[in-house]
Amino acid sequence: MNNLLAVVFDGVVYSSWLFLMAAGLTLIYGVMKILNIAHGSLYALGGYTAATIAGAWLAAGQAAIGSYAMLVLAALLVGVVMGPLLERGLLKWMYGKDEVVLLLVTYAAFLILEDAIKLIWGVESMLLPDPYSLPGNFHIGTLAYPVYNLLLIAMAILVGLALAWALYRTRQGKLLLAVIHDREMSATMGINVNRVYLATFTVGSMLAALGGALTAPMIAVSPGIGVEVIVLSFAVVVVGGLGSLGGAAIGALMVGIVRSAAVRYWPEAELFTIYFVMALVLIARPKGLFSAPEARKI
Amino acid sequence: MIRIGTVVFSFLVCALASTGALAQQPLKIGIVTFLSGPAAGPFGVPARNGFELVAEMLNAGTVPAPYATKGFGGRAIELVIIDEAGGPQKQVAELRNLAQRVDYVVGYISSGDCLAVAPVAEELKKLTVLFDCGTPRIFEDASYKYVFRTGPPGTMDNTSAALYALERHPNVKSIAGINQNYAWGQDSWTDFEAAMKALKPGIEVKTSQMTKLFAGQFGAEISTLLSSGAELIHSSFWGGDLEGLVLQGAPRGLFQKHIVVLSAGEPGINRLGTRIPDGTIIGARGPFGPFAPDTEFNRWFKTTFQDRYNLPPNYASYKATNALLGLKAAYEKAQKAGAANPSQEQIIAAFENLSFEGVGGTVKLSLGKGHQATMENAIGTAKTVGGELRIVDVKRYAPEQINPPEGLKSEAWIKSGFRK
Amino acid sequence: MSRDRTLPALAVACALLLAAAALAPQWLLFLLALALAKGLVVLGLVLLMRTGLVSFGQGLYFGLGAYAAALLSHRAGFADAALMIVAGTVCAAAVAAILGLLLARYREIFFAMLSLAFSMILYGALVKSAALGSTDGFNLHAKAFAGMALAAGLERRVFFAVSVVAMFCVAWLLHRYLASHWGRLSAAIRDNELRVEYLGASVYRVVYVNYVAAGALAGMGGAFAALAVGHVDPETAYWTTSGEFVFIAILGGTGNVLAPFLSAAVFEGLRTVANQYAPNVWQMSLGLAMLAIIMFLPGGLWTLLRRRSAA
Repeated sequence: MNNLLAVVFDGVVYSSWLFLMAAGLTLIYGVMKILNIAHGSLYALGGYTAATIAGAWLAAGQAAIGSYAMLVLAALLVGVVMGPLLERGLLKWMYGKDEVVLLLVTYAAFLILEDAIKLIWGVESMLLPDPYSLPGNFHIGTLAYPVYNLLLIAMAILVGLALAWALYRTRQGKLLLAVIHDREMSATMGINVNRVYLATFTVGSMLAALGGALTAPMIAVSPGIGVEVIVLSFAVVVVGGLGSLGGAAIGALMVGIVRSAAVRYWPEAELFTIYFVMALVLIARPKGLFSAPEARKI
Repeated sequence: MIRIGTVVFSFLVCALASTGALAQQPLKIGIVTFLSGPAAGPFGVPARNGFELVAEMLNAGTVPAPYATKGFGGRAIELVIIDEAGGPQKQVAELRNLAQRVDYVVGYISSGDCLAVAPVAEELKKLTVLFDCGTPRIFEDASYKYVFRTGPPGTMDNTSAALYALERHPNVKSIAGINQNYAWGQDSWTDFEAAMKALKPGIEVKTSQMTKLFAGQFGAEISTLLSSGAELIHSSFWGGDLEGLVLQGAPRGLFQKHIVVLSAGEPGINRLGTRIPDGTIIGARGPFGPFAPDTEFNRWFKTTFQDRYNLPPNYASYKATNALLGLKAAYEKAQKAGAANPSQEQIIAAFENLSFEGVGGTVKLSLGKGHQATMENAIGTAKTVGGELRIVDVKRYAPEQINPPEGLKSEAWIKSGFRK
Repeated sequence: MSRDRTLPALAVACALLLAAAALAPQWLLFLLALALAKGLVVLGLVLLMRTGLVSFGQGLYFGLGAYAAALLSHRAGFADAALMIVAGTVCAAAVAAILGLLLARYREIFFAMLSLAFSMILYGALVKSAALGSTDGFNLHAKAFAGMALAAGLERRVFFAVSVVAMFCVAWLLHRYLASHWGRLSAAIRDNELRVEYLGASVYRVVYVNYVAAGALAGMGGAFAALAVGHVDPETAYWTTSGEFVFIAILGGTGNVLAPFLSAAVFEGLRTVANQYAPNVWQMSLGLAMLAIIMFLPGGLWTLLRRRSAA
């Protein structure tokens, strides 16, 4: 019984992390129809910035509790700087081009950012373990788990609820939904689509950076952490249905728990699980689990 | 008559002058190491630092005996450094380009790259010295004339780790592993598992976790290990994965409840320091870093490196240095045999079966028909003493104890119980 | 309407490359051999793109072709290059025939993602296989071609010459195909699938055939690449390899069958230059180059040639 509980908990922790990444990605795709490969770099930037800011905070002898705020601050900073930079500076000139071309543009941005990160922070890894070990452990049966994992789950739920509320309850959110549904019509109705794009990309970047910032205390922040994340987030988003926030959550949960079970009971298969899940879902429901019905032009 | 004499004389002068000029032209050595990607931090850049430092010292003649001659036998050396990132196909292309611009090639950290470039170096007839990659397959599956390896094969990392673990903890009944799911991790685990089973038949394997390379997050894997009931856990993790394992595992008691063996953990010492819990068994893939015997030569290397880079050298830096020192030793041995500017063939003849003094210890090219180096290995235990991480309880293993004899493949040799 | 100059251009290119096969230095030969091999894969990709589909999983067939060719020499002991090339192509085509039945139903991003998933499944299987060397892969040696033993040192030149001939035949065939009824149907499917169905043609069948053809081409390219490099490893099936093919396709544009080969050569050259002269920032250089091309040459490099000849 304890084993099962551990599998579920591990799965949920992993899912929370996945959700933070997938939420931003699905939002950006839903609104702008861009599959943003640079999302991985934003994740890495979030991690590096968090390690730098929180590291400096702690080194200056400030209260340890403040380091958590520093993590969130780092994410906001990255989002607010990189979002407009990428969207206005690069993507704006590419709208109207083929979807695949846009994807390659974000891939080029990813390559550039990877080297930029290396130039700024060097190749050595950065460690920021204090926020992770500070809150101590709790136990499921005999297994010790860091309380930090609970923080991660709480953060993911908070972000999910906040996004859902913002999308479905506020006026701005409804405008965004309108743009997701039909860009042309929204523009015709007087919605400033350009501003919606900017806002969406900024929020998406913030979410990716938040994923990186919250992960920074657990790992060694080093070059290349952005690469693996990309394919994982894509898989989750595709499984859940592009543009659907609820789909991203369910997709993340599915992938996280299946992976956790594989690690425990069938470790050899771990490499495959995510692609199997993705292939299975796509075969059963070609557009993902929660995709919005689309009108087709004849 | 006089005119002919003048002509002959001027010709001779020109010839001498040109050889003199040739002697001034530096020897170009192509260096291939990781400058980008996750392997750059723990290995690629420390190796590059080692290469650059030693090349500079050699050219200035400030390396202690027996390497006091400037450069290689009086001739300056110049390094041409390229990035090893991009995968074996790309590296094959790069080698073909590089080979035209340089006299010799030294490099390669990734086993996949080593396997791919060795036949190409042979085809191009370019003297190539592999310095870090671990796979024993290079010289066990084929033989080469132009390819040498001054780094010891990876087999000994895990055979010596198994020997040490069982010497310190003879009552271990069950083991588990967490390794990266690619050739290095798979081979390390296979070697360790086979060695443990050969040394202590009946030992049980509880679980073998094979994580995705650079996964970084091991929550589920650590939970599985903690509840597996294994007494000893083996890991060949390096870089960000190693740091993640320690950062995530230590607070959860992974290192307290189990004996953890990090077969290639030495570079992590500089990065993680006292975060590595006491009792962790660590290897350095050779007598490097904290395992280097306290000789004047080793002390020179450590202090010079530390002064220049503000960091102690890790095993990648040691192995890089040894590659250049080995090549120099071979070059100068060929010179002593009579050739002022030895050709590649002469250097190769000198290099085969060479034994030279490297940083960390003696390097003997005793396997692979005289092309593969062996060194002793040293394993120790981590202990925090006075706020600093020290390696205590170091045990050294002679190369014959931990490497298969010439002609026998590593896997078969381990399974036979390390038979001579 | 300008005259179709493709055949003469192909013939000239072929002649030049055959001359290179005999005379060029080794490093240039290698660059061109790899460019041709990748060009073959991208040709298949261009065929799919003309049907309105972008596959992010051509690495699957590229890897299959490479491994099939390599395994023939490694396991079965056949060191004959002709056999290897055929094996690579047939193996890839067979798998494409099976997977195509499923994939031909998907479009757009889902086609891309599903093809990516399958290529990553092959990658995972290769990584797990210790017998195949896992991520280290293994080397292959081909010493003969179609029964004729080759002198050492000549092999690479002969294989390159063979790949040039293959390029000529395949490119010409594809050019005829694209100009034919099926080719025009493919273009129609890209424009508006539903109308094609209404007109009575089977969209599924056309997409399926194109998919299998692209898979076979990728397999052939994989076999040639394996012969050129002398080594195979699972990276050939990884998503970044597939992404590279897509980039080369966009770089060249879908205008003509020669474009993929041209852009593959440019890409290989670019990457070599970037790695040699800017080893610390080669990724950034590549990214900037990509952006420059996308911004200023959106139709691919081919439009550069088109404009010149039109003017």
